[in-house]
Amino acid sequence: MSFTQHTPALVVGIPLLFAFALPLLGKIHEKIRNGLAIIGMLLTSATGLYLAYQVFATGAMAYVFGAAAPDLTIPPDSGGIPIRIIFSIDAFSAFMIVIISIVGLMSTLYSLATEKLRSGQADFFALLLLLVAGVIGMVSTGDLFNLFVFLEISSLAGAALVAYRIDKGLAVEAGLKYALISTVAGLFFLLGVAILYGQYGTLNMAVIAQNIRLSRLDIIALVLIIVPMAMKCGAVPMHMWTPDAYSRAPAAITAFLVVSSQAGMYVLFRMFFTMFNLNLNTVTFGWVVIILGVLSMFIGVTMAIPQKDVKRLMAYHAVSQSGYMLLGVGVGLATLGNKELLDACGRTAMIGGIFHIMNHALYKGLLFLTAGAVIYTTGKRYLNDLGGLGHTMKYTMIFFIIGALAIAGIPPFNGFASKFMLYESVFLFNPFIAIIAIVVSILTLASFMKVFHSMFMGPKLPQFSEAKEVPASMLTAMGVLALLVVAGGIFPDIIVRNIVEPAVNALLEQSQYIGLVMGAK
Amino acid sequence: MSKIVRAAADFLYPFVMIFGFYIVLHGHLTPGGGFQGGAVIATGIALMFAAHRYREISLIFKKAIFNVCETFGLLMFITFGFAGIFFGKSFLYNWMVNIPGMLFGEAVAYGQNAGNLNTGGIIPLLNIAVGVEVLGALSLIIYYMLTYVVKMGVNKEDAS
Repeated sequence: MSFTQHTPALVVGIPLLFAFALPLLGKIHEKIRNGLAIIGMLLTSATGLYLAYQVFATGAMAYVFGAAAPDLTIPPDSGGIPIRIIFSIDAFSAFMIVIISIVGLMSTLYSLATEKLRSGQADFFALLLLLVAGVIGMVSTGDLFNLFVFLEISSLAGAALVAYRIDKGLAVEAGLKYALISTVAGLFFLLGVAILYGQYGTLNMAVIAQNIRLSRLDIIALVLIIVPMAMKCGAVPMHMWTPDAYSRAPAAITAFLVVSSQAGMYVLFRMFFTMFNLNLNTVTFGWVVIILGVLSMFIGVTMAIPQKDVKRLMAYHAVSQSGYMLLGVGVGLATLGNKELLDACGRTAMIGGIFHIMNHALYKGLLFLTAGAVIYTTGKRYLNDLGGLGHTMKYTMIFFIIGALAIAGIPPFNGFASKFMLYESVFLFNPFIAIIAIVVSILTLASFMKVFHSMFMGPKLPQFSEAKEVPASMLTAMGVLALLVVAGGIFPDIIVRNIVEPAVNALLEQSQYIGLVMGAK
Repeated sequence: MSKIVRAAADFLYPFVMIFGFYIVLHGHLTPGGGFQGGAVIATGIALMFAAHRYREISLIFKKAIFNVCETFGLLMFITFGFAGIFFGKSFLYNWMVNIPGMLFGEAVAYGQNAGNLNTGGIIPLLNIAVGVEVLGALSLIIYYMLTYVVKMGVNKEDAS
């Protein structure tokens, strides 16, 4: 009996506890408030990383809420059905929790400096912790209705944070758009869950996965679930909220919103691989995901090129980069039924796609934070108004270069590692798509050259003569992310072998996920 | 509002409150529970705001009270969740159930019966936590909406 058994509950419980305590205790003194925010996030990240370590070292964990023992998934008197809410944390969940822990901690650290002189900070950090709790819950739960609850928590907390700094009403508009779209999408998701519940009489994903029959209703339910999730991860036909929400939210929040939308992608992949797997017509649905990915890649980057607002530009690039992840995992799904093809290219494509989730969260988080640093110092967000900042903001410039080269897929940064895997494997699957992916990468580089030149290059401008480097906590947050970006590019094999491959195997092995809850057969 | 409305609201107010708290407390026996009861209580507060002047009522029901209610309810809920871990079971484990002498600790009788309020372990306590949270949060929402109505001068008579 020890606390290590309870990490799956603590990783959601701790941020919730601190989020609830902050509005009350944070009003006493600002030091208590800041202390609570950073300690809460530190504890959450530490628990999250430890939980991930446990899962990678000793295998997947199930946690049953309210049971006499946390691993008692099937109570003896229930007739072989899990009746309680269960968290099923396998390697893919643990992989997402690693990302959330790192980016969440850096966002909080960064926010401490940017929000220093603003009002209503206690509620701001409470919402941030609530968002973290919601996203961690989304990736760890094994219960469909619980997933809906965490989806709503993360959507509403995210929308409130987007609108938190009113910004002459523009941020409120973006927040309202995000809230409205997520709520409508959430209701469709709930309808899909209800259809599955009506058919199988249970909400546990493992039990449904075991009994799935793939009736016509199941297909309707699947579509009702994947469309909201594709919306949440910003795939192209449903991407209209991303540029607004990402560009108007405070920079640290945007960095975390990227992770929050990747949690939507997690649910998407979980549905395809864990719930349906080979029952599905994997070739058709694989191509659906591939087409979503290619559209996102191409339309995202072409929309990004003409943008003048630096954060809006980066937001379109976020859409474009999520296309790569969808493409990689889509190829994996399309080849799932064909063992030879799966071994030849599908598995590598999936590893590339999943690895790209982590890389994207790191370098896109870094880029949004550098953009936030520039806006913090100068108060300007349009590229035409900026220039010559390289003279005064040297560290920010270096971090920006690292992020920009990583997103464009230039070695030795982590973007190269995952994109190269994608190019290689997708080329074997369909050369045409691989060429599109490479072209998109080149366009990304071109676009970031423009940003770099107009923000940092050129003579020192008189209106920015008093601009100086940002505070240390912001630099630390950016520095840690930059370090991880470089480390991911230099030692990709270590990360792929220890974290990404187990995650991909967890997705491919449906029976392991079922066995975690139902007991090994 | 007119004198008739004010008098009727004053008369109804205690009954609304009692009904709300009844739903919260009997959450583990009858339909309803913390959320529903909390919403009924907040309706009573909304009734007072609607019947009387915003300025008068906001002196009696202070915003800080609702803030504290909201946070207290949430903290109470999560504390009971963590207590399960500290008692060596799991998060939200019902560690108070079926312990004679403990509050809400009596065992539930088998078969049809009228229902015993003193059962359920932590479930009634969680209902109370949710009830307190919801009454605070919903009242705050009413509060904020009325604050802006007054601030924008939509109704010079303070929504009276």
